[in-house]
Amino acid sequence: MSALHDIRDWYRQEFAGHAPDMAGAGLPWLGARRRAAMELFANTGFPTRKDEHWKYTDVSPLALRQFRPADSIPVETAALAVHRLDAWQLVFVDGRYSPALSRLDGLPEGVRLTSLADRLRETPEMLEGWLGRHVGADRHGFAALNLAFAEDGAVIEIRRDVDLAKPIQLLSVQTAGQDSIQHLRHLILLEESARAAVIESFIALTPGASFSTGVTEIDLAAGSELTHYRLVQNGDDASQIDTTHVQQGRDSRYSGHAVNLGGRLLRHELDCALAAAGAECRFNGLTLARGQAQVDTHTRFDHLAPHTTSREWVKGVFDDEARGVFSGRVVVHPDAQRSDAEQSNRNLLLSARAEADSRPQLEIYADNVKCTHGAATGSLDPDQLFYLRSRGLDAARARQLLVYGFAADALARLPLDDLRRRLAAALGERLLPGTNLEGLIP
Amino acid sequence: MLKINNLKVEVEGKTILNGIDLEVNAGEVHAIMGPNGSGKSTLAQVLAGREQFTVVDGTVRYEGQDLLVLTPEERARRGLFLGFQYPVEIPGVSNVYLLKAAVNAMRTARGEPELDAFDFLTLVRARLQIMDIPETFLYRAVNEDFSGGEKKRNEILQLLLLEPRLAILDETDSGLDIDALKVVANGVNSLRAPQRAFILVTHYQRLLDYITPDQVHVLSGGRIVKSGGRELALELEARGYDWLKDEAA
Repeated sequence: MSALHDIRDWYRQEFAGHAPDMAGAGLPWLGARRRAAMELFANTGFPTRKDEHWKYTDVSPLALRQFRPADSIPVETAALAVHRLDAWQLVFVDGRYSPALSRLDGLPEGVRLTSLADRLRETPEMLEGWLGRHVGADRHGFAALNLAFAEDGAVIEIRRDVDLAKPIQLLSVQTAGQDSIQHLRHLILLEESARAAVIESFIALTPGASFSTGVTEIDLAAGSELTHYRLVQNGDDASQIDTTHVQQGRDSRYSGHAVNLGGRLLRHELDCALAAAGAECRFNGLTLARGQAQVDTHTRFDHLAPHTTSREWVKGVFDDEARGVFSGRVVVHPDAQRSDAEQSNRNLLLSARAEADSRPQLEIYADNVKCTHGAATGSLDPDQLFYLRSRGLDAARARQLLVYGFAADALARLPLDDLRRRLAAALGERLLPGTNLEGLIP
Repeated sequence: MLKINNLKVEVEGKTILNGIDLEVNAGEVHAIMGPNGSGKSTLAQVLAGREQFTVVDGTVRYEGQDLLVLTPEERARRGLFLGFQYPVEIPGVSNVYLLKAAVNAMRTARGEPELDAFDFLTLVRARLQIMDIPETFLYRAVNEDFSGGEKKRNEILQLLLLEPRLAILDETDSGLDIDALKVVANGVNSLRAPQRAFILVTHYQRLLDYITPDQVHVLSGGRIVKSGGRELALELEARGYDWLKDEAA
């Protein structure tokens, strides 16, 4: 217990040292929020396994270590080339916006794309109503730390009726390595009938046990449509605890795609509040975990209004001693008549020591609704294996190809062809080592 | 080429094949007919190496060698092909990738160099034409969202690419309309050759209007109860299977 108290003191001291120099330090409302978040953290600390929502997630590797911001290593533009998509890009190095690495030329009218730190310095007024509105410090210790320490991220505003031709990529690059910590906070606001795609990419250029927190608050006004990708390709030692909240207006549509390919302890929490009639959210997740990794996906979809729809497909492949939790909570509130929810979770365990915990939870308080869910965890299908072997593929190769197919199938829902192909190639390199991948991707 | 002697097979303790004797020589086409549940598909799958079946007695020699000790992939590489009654879907993997992997597995087994993408495409295009399959078919996931007819055509496309020495086609005709049946038969006939043999497993004699068999065998209750020529199939068409059950009993 004393080590856990020490860690609270550690972050309290860190906060006292940094707060006066943080972006937006002069804003009274922000200073108050940060101090309150820090107080909350100092009182409650990190969640433990006694906490119902953290029962299957041991955060002690993060809670017992003194992480601090560390100096960045200069990033060569060339090092980012393979991660850049045909998109407007904001690049963050160790949690700080890097204008030199970013590419924002040719942004159309009706789109405002800035870093959070710049906004806090220049025109912070609008942020007061948004920062911490949906993901507050009271959520858990990681969210509290984020609100207390985050000073950078992206602020994306898409005006009414604007249909963005290219996606916006928020590329987070970790270079500080061992024992470093970083916090990012994004805000994405789509006005009525706006359409956009945002890609959050996370990469690590330096190995070592690092720690990141992230919060993305999204507000979708009536009729707007956001396609949101999260691609985590950290090193195997990097840990990351992120929360995304999507507040949805009438007839808005959110399509989330999350692909986790690397990390030590990854947890992503996604909340969608389907707050007005006709709102729809879709979430498609894929995790590949190996070694000692733990990769958790926690979703909560609140059907708050009639005629709301949620769809969820989450897949995981766990090898070695890797483990993962899928917790999918769907709450259909009393007013949400004629709502429609479907959820599926499928896991493949490649080793006897790998583990997947699947926790679908449906809570239905309305009587006229359609809800289904299914979960399956197992090993490869013998019919598929026999089919491939009967075509001359040896057993080991056939197994590899089936694991690849299981994972790659989750990418079929990605509307961005370039990204889908890149990710399929990354899966191929990982799951079909030493083979020619030409023509593999359907 | 293939000599089956007193083959007895169980699955989960239940006898499915109860003493099969069958000899197939190079160049021949044999039809195996019989009512549902007679063991036709089991025989086809046991020959291809399906592991869920237990061989409790008998021998199978293929080209002078004990077939039953070989893995499914070893059998395939030695020229044995099974066309599946229910071709299996492999989501996430493109058809062209599997076809190329299969062709190259055979080539490697024969000591030939692997084909590159260009040579492979040349090879596959000619066969797509025979099977009346559009090229876009290659870039879809294996059998996923294929219609019943497309799945069967895809099996015969694999047959044409792999050019096996012994092809066992398990109810390839079931669920096909007459045009698709002709295309499938045409594909099979294009491959008939003195060094190659076929075993056609079928419930109906319809397929045999287009692929003329040398011998017809009737399987019932896990045994071959009658063998004959082409005319036996026509007799079965006219009289059904029940008279044979009575005869066997």
